[in-house]
Formats: sequence, structure tokens, C-alpha cells
Amino acid sequence: MLSVKDLHATVGGNEILKGLSLEVPAGQVHAIMGPNGAGKSTLSYVLTGRDGYEVTQGTATLDGEDLLALAPDERAARGVFLSFQYPLEIPGVPALTFIRTALNAQRRARGEDEVTAPAFLKLAREKAAGLKIDFDMLKRALNVGFSGGEKKRMEILQMAMLSPRFLILDETDSGLDIDALRIVADGVNALRSPERGMLVITHYQRLLDYITPDAVHVLAGGRIVASGGPELAHQLEAEGYERYEKAAA
Amino acid sequence: MSLSTAIRDRDVAELPSKRDEDWRWTDLRGLIRVLPPPSSPVEGDLDAGRFDELVQRRIVVANGRGEAVIDVPAGETAWVSLRFISASDGAHAASASIVVGAGATLHLFETYEGQGAYVAQTSLTFALGEGAAVERVVLANDSAGGVSVSQAEVRLAPRADFAQTVVTSGGRRQRIETRVAHPGGHASLRLDGVYLLAEKAHADLTTVVTHDGLDGSTEQLTKGVVRDQARGVFQGRIVVAEGADRTDAKMGHHALILSDKAEVDAKPELEIYADDVACAHGNTVGALDDDALFYARQRGMSEVEARALLTEAFIGEVIDRIDQDEAREVVRAWAAERLRG
Repeated sequence: MLSVKDLHATVGGNEILKGLSLEVPAGQVHAIMGPNGAGKSTLSYVLTGRDGYEVTQGTATLDGEDLLALAPDERAARGVFLSFQYPLEIPGVPALTFIRTALNAQRRARGEDEVTAPAFLKLAREKAAGLKIDFDMLKRALNVGFSGGEKKRMEILQMAMLSPRFLILDETDSGLDIDALRIVADGVNALRSPERGMLVITHYQRLLDYITPDAVHVLAGGRIVASGGPELAHQLEAEGYERYEKAAA
Repeated sequence: MSLSTAIRDRDVAELPSKRDEDWRWTDLRGLIRVLPPPSSPVEGDLDAGRFDELVQRRIVVANGRGEAVIDVPAGETAWVSLRFISASDGAHAASASIVVGAGATLHLFETYEGQGAYVAQTSLTFALGEGAAVERVVLANDSAGGVSVSQAEVRLAPRADFAQTVVTSGGRRQRIETRVAHPGGHASLRLDGVYLLAEKAHADLTTVVTHDGLDGSTEQLTKGVVRDQARGVFQGRIVVAEGADRTDAKMGHHALILSDKAEVDAKPELEIYADDVACAHGNTVGALDDDALFYARQRGMSEVEARALLTEAFIGEVIDRIDQDEAREVVRAWAAERLRG
């Protein structure tokens, strides 16, 4: 599924990713943990094509297709979804309008018919209920005035409605209380399937109590410096990142 | 000096120029070397107007010809469309007189429509009686070669309510000016504007509101989107005279500049001579938010679609304030056409 090889990337002339390699097979959830400044968010932005993140070396492919050659919306149409650490507020655009526009843009890009208004609303009601989101909230401008937890739930709602093939969750646990965390994790777990891959980026092990990963990687100094099973997350929680940071430096 | 005098006398020396402080961003003297001859009468049938279906009475003034007198008797309600059409090259001036009696209501849908290289001036006067209500929606669709100046003088009475939304795509040079004499007395005024400018279009939205009595309110929100080499001008002045206490005035002007060569000139002014007032103004000029653009594209929208969605949302805040549902949707559709062009 996702294959990243020797990825180097710079932001504003500074090299942040320094030879990162990673394989996430379909059906698996991989966690990326690391200290602040290790390059976690950079990895998510490089994979989704944000301006200002320049790849200087290496490759990133999804099912063999070169992701780095595609525009952000083309990557989205091929099923790459990023749940933002800080979801944007979009004044003047109701959440429903935003999601329907995105969904139909993806469908057109894939040569599929646009979703009809009744089918879309039915899907939105169903998914919102599952995430305990009040449907009326979807008529409000997306994320404007929403709490941190509401914004994260709205990300998961978009994920559920867009039904991506490869999910990147960037610090989805930040700003969530324990109840919200459980709702979000349930939403993510509901999307686990043999065809989907997931990359869960987090600083803390807490989220991984709810979303059990198949593998855990430690990102430090722009590289994966250690990999293991779920037990590695617990070890990091107990020991901290210091040893890896020293090794990376 | 005025454009109407210049047209009447075919004298370019009468044109407002950048030496006039009030016209410094909309210089006509420097633009027009020779005034064109008077426009000829318009023959034949006209296309239907955008607001025709919403109104009981349709007034057309074409190339300066046609009588525009609206008189709504006290207590009555009228729905009127008023079309100022510049159908060909040439110069012409037109005027309209609008009187709305005490407690009467007028829904006025006014359009400027142009073809060719004309020079047009339009003067309007509005007189509102006590407790009268007017919603004026102006859709200005001048041609890229047209020079057009519309000047409205509005006189409010106590407890009157005047709500205006001007939406324009500009012209070769275009100015839409509204001057309001506000007596206070719980009269309320809304003066909104939207300019959507591309290529070499120029639009100037100028408003002057003078609060002369106690307890008046004015609310103003103008938003603009300029691209290519277009130029948007916003001049908003609110004067609160001595003794006009308990005036509540808000003014906002916000513009998006979508290209390096586009320009926005803004002059928001609050002149306050009374002690007890609540006045606020905000003015911002910037580009579309790159973070929001990336967010929309990450969800699958193309760059063009993401930009259109975000700019429509930006001006949507103003269009949403149009009271009349159908008129609001006519304006929204017209704006969307321009933004998605």
C-alpha cells in the first residue's frame, strides 16, 4: 500500500526529513511516534502535497503510484486523507456544503457520478449520529466556533463520508478529553478494513490504547530510528524519547 | 464640477478629476479626452430584466430616456424594478425620483446594464417618510468599456428603515455613490456593497452618511474581490454631528486581492462630534488563506474549485444580508457566475 523510501524533505531550506523509509501494507495501522520537532507533521504534509514542503530525494508511492507527482486534490481523489492536527475554520461555508463539494470533486476526478442530494443527506445523518454530532451543527460554517473536540470529530466525520483508502491522523488526540477520544477512536476503528491502511501520528501513547496499531515506529531527527509492535509505544511512554533523540543527533 | 454638467455641456473641463479629494481614485478628467456625442434613442425590444418576475412595476430608462418616478403612498407596499440601460456608444444622463410615504414599503431592484463605450450619469433622490421602509438592491453590470457614475441622495425620516446592497462588476471606470441624510430618531440604515472585479475593471463604492439627530443607527459592510489588473475603491464616511448622541454606527470593508497587479484603495472615515456614541470600523485587505486552500484541496477540491468556494463564502456574508429571498438568490447566482467565470 504506502511505500516511502529514503525520503528527504526541506521546509524553508531546512532539511526536516532525512532519509525516512516506511512500509504500511493494506489492512494495517501503523503508528508514528516521536518527540516534538522530529518531522511528524512534515511527513503528513509531504505525503499530502502541501506547498512549501519540498522533497529533495526519495519516493513515496501508494499502490505503486507516485504520490509526489500528484497535486493535493489528485492525491485526495486516490484516497489519501489527512486528519489535520489543527482543522481549519472555513467561515461562510456550511459543513454540509464543504463535504458535499469535496465528495463530488473526488467522484468527478475518479469518473464517478456525483452523489444525489438525498443520498448525501442520508449518509451525513447516519455518520453524524455514529459520531454523536448534532446534525444541525453540519449546517453551520465548518469548524467556526467549534471546540477542539468538535473539530476533531468533524475531521472523522469527513473521513467517514469521503471513505478514503489511506488515512493519516496527525495528532488527532491533541485537545481531546477522554470521552471525545473514545468517540473519535471508535470512528477510526470503524474504518479499519483489509483494503485500508492507516498512519497514526502521535506524541503520546494514550490514543494507541484505543486504536491498537499493528506496528509502531519511532521518528527522530527526520528518520525512523526504531520499529516494533504495540509494546514499543508503552516503552516510549515509560522511558521517553531521549535515547532516540541522542541516537538521531 | 460634475459628470452631468460635463455631459450636458460636452465640456471635459467640468469632469471630476484627481485634484478633487473625493475623486482622487476615480479620475474622469484624466480618462476622458473628448466627451462622446449624445447617445441615440434605443429602438426595438429589450431583453427581460433579471428582477422582472419579482415586481409589479417595471421601469426602463435606456440611453438616458424614460421617466423614473416612483411614489409609494403612505401605508402601501410596492415592488419595482428600475433598469438603467446604456445600449450603445455615446453620452447620456438620467434621473430618478423616489418618494416613499409614511409607513410605506418599497422593494426596489435596480440594475445598470451596458454595452459599448458609453459615458453615463444617473442621479437618484430618495425621500422616506416617517416609518417608511426601503430595500434597495443594486446590481451593476456595466460593460468593460463603459464609464458610469450613479449618485443617490437619500433623505430619511424618524423610524424609517433604508437597507441597501450594491453589487458590481465595475466598468472602464465606475462609481456608485450614496449620500444619506440621517435624522436619527430610531431610523436605521444599512449600506452594503460587493465588488467583483476582473481584467481592467474599476469600481468605486462611495458612501457618506450624516447623522444629525439622536438615536440613529448605521450598519455598513462592503466586501470586494479583485483579480488581474482590476481596481476597487471604497470610500466610506460617517459623520456624527454635534448632539447626535446615542448614534450606533458600524463600518466594515474587507477585500481579497487575487493577483499582484490588482489594487484596492480604501478610505474609511468616522468623523464624530457627539459625545455619547458607539462607532466601530474595520478594514482589511489580503489574499485568500493558503491554509484554508490547502485544507479544501486535501479534501479533494481542485485549486479552481477551492478558490471559488472560499471567495463565494467571503462575499456570501454580505449577500446573506439581503432581506428579500428571491432577490438574494438572483444576486448570489450573478456573483457566482462572475467568480467562477
